[in-house]
Amino acid sequence: MAKFDFNDDGVVVVIGSGAGGGTLANELCQKGIKVVLLEAGARQSSASFINDEWKSFSQLAWLDARTTSGSWRVAKDFAGLPAWICKTVGGSTTHWAGASLRFQEHEFRAKTTYGAIDGANLLDWPVTLKELEPYYAKAENKMGVTRTNGIPGLPGNNNFKVMHAGATKLGYKEVHTGRMAINSQPRDGRGRCMQLGFCFQGCKSGAKWSTLYTEIPKAEATGNLDLRTEAHVTRIEHDNTGKVTAVTYRDSAGKEQRQSARLVCVAGNSIETPRLLLMSESDMFKDGLANSSGQVGRNYMRHMTGSVYAAFKNPVHMYRGTTMAGIIQDEAMHNPKRGFAGGYEMETLSLGVPFMAAFLNPGGWGAEFAWWMEHYVQTAGMWLVGEDMPRETNRVTLNTKVKDQWGNPAPNVHFDDHPNDIAMRKHAFKQGEEVYKAAGAIKTFQTPPYPSTHNLGTCRMSAKASDGVVNKWGQTHDIDNLFISDGSQFTTGGAENPTLTIVTLAIRQADYIAKQMAERAI
Amino acid sequence: MKVIPIGRSDAVAAFDDCEEASGEVRKVDLPLARREFLQGSGVLMGVLASGSLLAGLAPSTAWALELKSLTTAEGNSIMALGRVLYPHAKLPDAVYALLAKALDGKAAADAGAARTLKNGIEVLDGPTPGSFIKQSAVMKLAIVKRIEGSDFFNMVRGECITALYDNDMAFATFGYPGSAWEKGGYITRGFQDLKWLPNPPAEASPPPYLG
Repeated sequence: MAKFDFNDDGVVVVIGSGAGGGTLANELCQKGIKVVLLEAGARQSSASFINDEWKSFSQLAWLDARTTSGSWRVAKDFAGLPAWICKTVGGSTTHWAGASLRFQEHEFRAKTTYGAIDGANLLDWPVTLKELEPYYAKAENKMGVTRTNGIPGLPGNNNFKVMHAGATKLGYKEVHTGRMAINSQPRDGRGRCMQLGFCFQGCKSGAKWSTLYTEIPKAEATGNLDLRTEAHVTRIEHDNTGKVTAVTYRDSAGKEQRQSARLVCVAGNSIETPRLLLMSESDMFKDGLANSSGQVGRNYMRHMTGSVYAAFKNPVHMYRGTTMAGIIQDEAMHNPKRGFAGGYEMETLSLGVPFMAAFLNPGGWGAEFAWWMEHYVQTAGMWLVGEDMPRETNRVTLNTKVKDQWGNPAPNVHFDDHPNDIAMRKHAFKQGEEVYKAAGAIKTFQTPPYPSTHNLGTCRMSAKASDGVVNKWGQTHDIDNLFISDGSQFTTGGAENPTLTIVTLAIRQADYIAKQMAERAI
Repeated sequence: MKVIPIGRSDAVAAFDDCEEASGEVRKVDLPLARREFLQGSGVLMGVLASGSLLAGLAPSTAWALELKSLTTAEGNSIMALGRVLYPHAKLPDAVYALLAKALDGKAAADAGAARTLKNGIEVLDGPTPGSFIKQSAVMKLAIVKRIEGSDFFNMVRGECITALYDNDMAFATFGYPGSAWEKGGYITRGFQDLKWLPNPPAEASPPPYLG
């Protein structure tokens, strides 16, 4: 591991080691650029991951103080847990299910395609699918996405068999085991999937791609990476020309440290990233760093989500094998005849007994609840993930009444569903139930959205500085040497799981940063 | 029959650092008053039904649980409330005792929680202490519905989620095997063994790679 001096102002400081930060750090290191990677969490491994839902949650989840507000059900059922994301080396790539889908072409032109929608802050991305295609290809190769690069699709488990049978009976055509960043055969020094069934709890075989055991070790091997764990950044500093110059962070002993930087790339996921910018306010930047547009923290998106579970007369044992074992893509296109803009994907999902009890029907109790638990081995499940509308009022702000462990204001996530989200969810719930009924379900259940596992948009890309926070490279409009490198960049959410696009943008951002540094522009 | 005396052999004596005790058990005067063992305020106990799934898995069928803050009667009321909130005839009392144990822990650590619990149980019983557990199932449900949304209700219901469902007895009862990595996952243990629906074609679901 390299060790760079606190006063070394030639380093790139990357905050967060997940899909965005971990990938960016490695890409820069491969180009010979010195990187100090600051990760708030500790370093786990496949050996230390735990096949136990609650214990794993305590190990990996971001559990620092957070608050919620708004009419979303998460604020009622999980008031202190707006998101299920991670505080660990590798970030949420330790916890994710592996779904790696490219955005559709029109999704980069959401405003043009859907038109102006009341109460939605739609905007076209300042990049097109065509510009991203070469980087999508690099990302798919890097991550080993099945059904690309000659990699066979994964074998479908029982949960997928049920989905496939119902979906095809209903007339759906695009039903398969998905494009997954999980090895179906040995690749890149990692074994193939053993169908452990604990994808969400960190992959103990390493078959699922995570920056923890891919990008980070590769970066370390270059000699250009100084990874500091349990290093929680609390402020980004700037000089009187408005250039960022350093970050301060709490180290593993709780002591405050300052690391100089030539440039800073923030990849703390979409709640911590805007929070850090807001906390870094100063006389020069009274509304927080890079916030001349007022959009920092706004346009928070969590995808239209919900789940459908179904019980059958015969056993399913959905917990056996990959959590996200297959997909129906027929509803992902934009078809306003359905009564809403944008589309959604239908992906299998499985929870163990402990999490079924917690999330199937939050707050539920009584005989009906007990019936579902007793039919656990006869249950199949799917997760619905679709494009939700960006709204200025859905936002991350600083809660001055609640402090975190360092005495800093906790982030508050405010969210209200847009009517388009509600219409889409209603449609998706019904279609999910129809799939399972076609497969012979005796009972179905509509599960509300979980604490958000997809968090996007809070420092969005825009062509004009007044509409967003960063340009097409993720470089903030206001500060040339300050970048956003995670899903906060997303202008809109699309229907697809975000990780592949986050990795894609990071690879491309690294090229841009390297060029800018070589030209001494930053 | 040859008798082999158990004593220090010459071979062992050669090792100075191997201090083997003679094996004799020293007699100690221990007062065996029941009070010494039960530091707490209540005890819950029961027996796993012999021949049941869990009796086969457990090291012993008898169980006992010491309560630090709640009385035995209060513990029993909590268990009964748990059975109304999450009625599982197949789950033995031992599992609902875990709910009492978890709440007892909260009560022992926090005076406010203890008050909420003890007051809540009083409300369940109404004018006659200890009466809740004697009510009919229908009556019990009606009483619980009346307190739905109260702090006491929320505290107990919330605790049930982990106490009742995050333990090995519940896993065994509901057919959930838990941790799988140490058994090699499911790739050779039935992850796609479902026979009552047709198999998807290879294009949708390619065969697993088995080397």
